[in-house]
Amino acid sequence: MSLAIRKKPIYLDYSATTPVDPRVAEKMIPWLTEQFGNPASRSHGYGWEAEEAVENARVEVAKLVNCDPKEIVWTSGATESDNLAIKGAAHFYKTKGKHLITMKTEHKAVLDTLRELEREGFEVTYLDPEPDGLLDLDKLKAAIRPDTILASIMMVNNEIGVIQPIAEIGEITRAKGIIFHVDSAQATGKVAIDLDKLKVDLMSFSAHKTYGPKGIGALYVRRKPRVRLEAQMHGGGHEKGFRSGTLATHQIVGMGEAFRIARLEMAAENERIGKLRDKLLAGFRDMEEIYVNGDLEQRVPHNLNVSFNFVEGESLIMGMKELAVSSGSACTSASLEPSYVLRALGRNDELAHSSIRFTLGRFTTEADIDFAVKLIKERIGKLREMSPLWEMYKDGVDLNTVQWAAH
Amino acid sequence: MAYSEKVIDHYENPRNVGSFDKADEGVATGMVGAPACGDVMKLQIKVNKAGIIEDAKFKTYGCGSAIASSSLVTEWVKGKTVDEAATIRNTQIAAELALPPVKIHCSILAEDAIKAAIADYRKKYGAGDADAGKKAAD
Repeated sequence: MSLAIRKKPIYLDYSATTPVDPRVAEKMIPWLTEQFGNPASRSHGYGWEAEEAVENARVEVAKLVNCDPKEIVWTSGATESDNLAIKGAAHFYKTKGKHLITMKTEHKAVLDTLRELEREGFEVTYLDPEPDGLLDLDKLKAAIRPDTILASIMMVNNEIGVIQPIAEIGEITRAKGIIFHVDSAQATGKVAIDLDKLKVDLMSFSAHKTYGPKGIGALYVRRKPRVRLEAQMHGGGHEKGFRSGTLATHQIVGMGEAFRIARLEMAAENERIGKLRDKLLAGFRDMEEIYVNGDLEQRVPHNLNVSFNFVEGESLIMGMKELAVSSGSACTSASLEPSYVLRALGRNDELAHSSIRFTLGRFTTEADIDFAVKLIKERIGKLREMSPLWEMYKDGVDLNTVQWAAH
Repeated sequence: MAYSEKVIDHYENPRNVGSFDKADEGVATGMVGAPACGDVMKLQIKVNKAGIIEDAKFKTYGCGSAIASSSLVTEWVKGKTVDEAATIRNTQIAAELALPPVKIHCSILAEDAIKAAIADYRKKYGAGDADAGKKAAD
């Protein structure tokens, strides 16, 4: 590209992915070059040492979420974990019923998996969130039918960072004998997870949202009461038959180390990041027409999702090329699709198109935030001066009364 | 999304941003698009007695390509007669800015904005001025 960005932009997109922590990368390397054995090899030391490393990592993942290491199944990431959990449970328990429950704000890995099950004949209820992004438990209770077999609700939303009431949902589903799956890809290292207390049956994890490598994840499968799954990947019967395929020792070691660091450092890290997030929000306080999307209290400290009204998201991102952030407006096709998560909250199209997701992380500094605030204020000002919608707002025109020609 | 240098130039240094007073003599306004679609363009032209577009201004809510398309057409219409301006096609805009296929709708919207401003001009000032424009073009 001829217009190469001279300096790398400040990374504020930690919910898309995180860099691998250098401590994690260092631990992984020997398992690629020297200790390269197949953990399934039982006949020599190469295999034995790899197996030991895999089991140590399994213990670390289990420790972060307080479960038995035997309940952890390695996968390629949270998308595969979601597929294995939802399809696996639905297929195994299909003789009990065909009804499944989820929310409209779930990740596509859950929504699209459920769509596939609908094509197979299952019925799915998609619950609306409240305007703050959270699930109303009464709506969940009302949606439960005698033939409901599974509910899938994420712990932390990837776009708006809100934390769903997983403990309360678990009480409801357990009482009704419904399998409860939770996608926790965005939760590890940010929210304390205690699977000994939570009545969760299946939980998906990803390494790369928590300073581990991409391409590795895990699925928690409860043993007491036991949850059964139909395998989706067949082969050598690895992972007790839940998921065949040679284990990627180096990736697994990386995930184990990333989750070990998360367990030890998350309390201090969340406090530091929370202060930076509050500073970022405080920087926007004197601006007109800005809206925080999602509840600010029931939320991870890393996330700030803001709509800057009357400015379109893609032009905003283009105007902030010194920052690496995400927009709720996916302008990648001829038909512009505003964020389905923000639409589910009841945000109108303008606000959904005008949203920016800032996600902070381990390597975000105070100087980064100061720079971001200054830059955003300047660029929003410039774009609003260019916006006919801002002009109409300033002239007192109610945009809802305007007859727009949709194109 | 990788943008062409021309799009980035128009986005970073937009030409003719602003508004005319709608009540001013010779001013006509075209507003196209919808917030729901992520693009709204307002294009204004100021036409003199001879039917020539003396000045043009725009405001756009939309992506970088939408801003660049509207900025470009304000440059193009200036000095043209109303009828000449009406011949500007989206394909010319898309070619000039090297818009990728997913951004062609931005150039279509810019063409629509010119047409809407011209329609407003003809409505406000009658067909006589349009004829004057035609004569000037000949």
